[in-house]
Amino acid sequence: MNGLKRQLRWPRRIARMLLILAATGFLVIFLLLPLVVVFVEALRQGIHAYLSTIGQGEALSAIRLTLLVAAISVPLNVVFGVAAAWAIARFEFRGKALLGAFIDLPFSVSPVISGLVYVLLFGAQGWFGPWLDQHGVKIIFAVPGLVLATIFITLPFVARELIPLMQSQGSDEEEAARVLGAGGWQMFFRVTLPNIRWALLYGVLLCNARAMGEFGAVSVVSGHIRGLTTTMPLEVEMRYNEYDYVGAFAVATLLALLALLTLATKTLLEWRYGNEIAAHAPGGH
Amino acid sequence: MTLELSHLSRRFTGAAALDDVSLAIAPGEFLALLGPSGSGKTTLLRILAGLDYPDSGTAQLHGRDFLAAQARERKVGLVFQHYALFRHLTVAENVAFGLRVRSRKSRPSGADISDRVGQLLKRVQLDGYGSRYPTQLSGGQRQRVALARALAVEPDLLLLDEPFGALDAQVRVTLRRWLRELHEDLGLTTVFVTHDQEEALELADRIAVMNHGRIEQVGTPEEIYQQPATPFVCEFIGKVNKLPLTCTNHGLVAGDWVLEGAPWSDRHVHAVAYVRPQHLSLGVSASRPGWTARLRHIYLAGSVAHLELDVPSIKQVLEVDVGGEDVARLGLQVGAELRVAPRRAVVFAMDGQGDDASHVERWVWQAPDTHSA
Repeated sequence: MNGLKRQLRWPRRIARMLLILAATGFLVIFLLLPLVVVFVEALRQGIHAYLSTIGQGEALSAIRLTLLVAAISVPLNVVFGVAAAWAIARFEFRGKALLGAFIDLPFSVSPVISGLVYVLLFGAQGWFGPWLDQHGVKIIFAVPGLVLATIFITLPFVARELIPLMQSQGSDEEEAARVLGAGGWQMFFRVTLPNIRWALLYGVLLCNARAMGEFGAVSVVSGHIRGLTTTMPLEVEMRYNEYDYVGAFAVATLLALLALLTLATKTLLEWRYGNEIAAHAPGGH
Repeated sequence: MTLELSHLSRRFTGAAALDDVSLAIAPGEFLALLGPSGSGKTTLLRILAGLDYPDSGTAQLHGRDFLAAQARERKVGLVFQHYALFRHLTVAENVAFGLRVRSRKSRPSGADISDRVGQLLKRVQLDGYGSRYPTQLSGGQRQRVALARALAVEPDLLLLDEPFGALDAQVRVTLRRWLRELHEDLGLTTVFVTHDQEEALELADRIAVMNHGRIEQVGTPEEIYQQPATPFVCEFIGKVNKLPLTCTNHGLVAGDWVLEGAPWSDRHVHAVAYVRPQHLSLGVSASRPGWTARLRHIYLAGSVAHLELDVPSIKQVLEVDVGGEDVARLGLQVGAELRVAPRRAVVFAMDGQGDDASHVERWVWQAPDTHSA
């Protein structure tokens, strides 16, 4: 009996160790190593070369543009996300399931297609292109196009984070606030918002990471005009294509740092406020 | 001063939650809305609180339209079934909420608010709990915080949704008594929803029994218990034996038991009698109408004994309650044969047979001589 147990135990232990080794090895090769490479390549010619590359006008304008796009699209996404989550979690209406499905659309459509849709709509040969041209509005190959594409791509992040949480919390507290005399905005700012704040922050974090890192959709609408319509991911690609490896990796380090910061904050949020963040959170629980 | 509800109806996706409900709520009374789940009692409460609106019907207070007033203007306090305390606020902030959201003109000063919160917490026996969060409290304590929060806005009408539903039995009884005292102290009009008839009978001045969105009967606990208006009220309030009756030339008959002198004489052919377990007498003499029964079980529950009697002549098992000491006095033993007869019954003439028949007339019958036990 005892011998049998031992026999069973050894293969088990070995299997467990192999699995852990495999998983760790996989992570090191495919995640950690590239990350290290980014920093090593960026610093290959020393810290001075690195700093001066980042300090260049083109790199700076790429950084500025990325921040600008995120600064416009993330707040708009917050407004949309909260409104959509509220509508879906609190009201019964026709087409509710459809709205839910539409929110998920950007997840299932290839980013290149999403970018292309805007070109077809607002490009020179697009549906509204001529009309926009007449009125002197430029969307494609300009900042508005970048913002539109980014909003589309990041649409689900906030809403998907809030919907399950608001559904599970129910509307009792909001109703209590109303009976106690709170107006609509008072109810929102004093009851709803505090209850969803961590999940909202979590959604904003993921939304922001995607907004700053998005490549596909932005690439289609950008037109790659140096200093005007290149965001950081596009800048990395352009430099790489021009054999400016140090420059490409230097800009890439900034994106990598953003990723690390996001990861750290995300982990902190999950650890501290896990129960106030919806359970489905990708990479969470 | 009376709040007059008339002909309120409310439908949810086809099903009637409230069906032509009329009710007058007198100032200062303690009213229970009693009914099974889905009977519309919570819908009625939510309409009073301004969280829902009827499809038709009116509510008038001081001759003014109560329903037109917004939730915040109604001077109503509502305690939710699951308390709905603001989880991110402390107990004191929860209680102060209704005062803090007031417009700047009518809002008391910060010092006044904290005074008021202190008084209210003392009132609900939660002195010193002000800085805790709802998750740090027991169910009974949360319930009292919810009550203090509702009272903070000085409501004229206090609404309680299943106030004791989520509490364990012991806390429930204590809190019930305490709530009754509070009601008397404050002189508020209080309406509470419950599915627990015992709770309603013990607490309320008046009870409105609801079923399928309608009010079956409104009355004092005494009236509801002794003079049930409908078969539903009979079956819902307390334990009861249901006896189908056959109409014959001699009167209404169930086995060897005969009821004479029904007020509707032979106008109706179907009837049902409801007899409470404590209204059955044991050991009645053979000269009087009654059944011969066999004692199946005795459940001694302290001062009361619950008996189960098998009555072959009506093919039914009757539940009988007698005093604990009667078990010994009558020498009751399982398997013994007994004579049993009702002392009192509520009889309904029905428009048909079966469960979907409805009653057309009611007759509260009392045995001519009640000293037979």
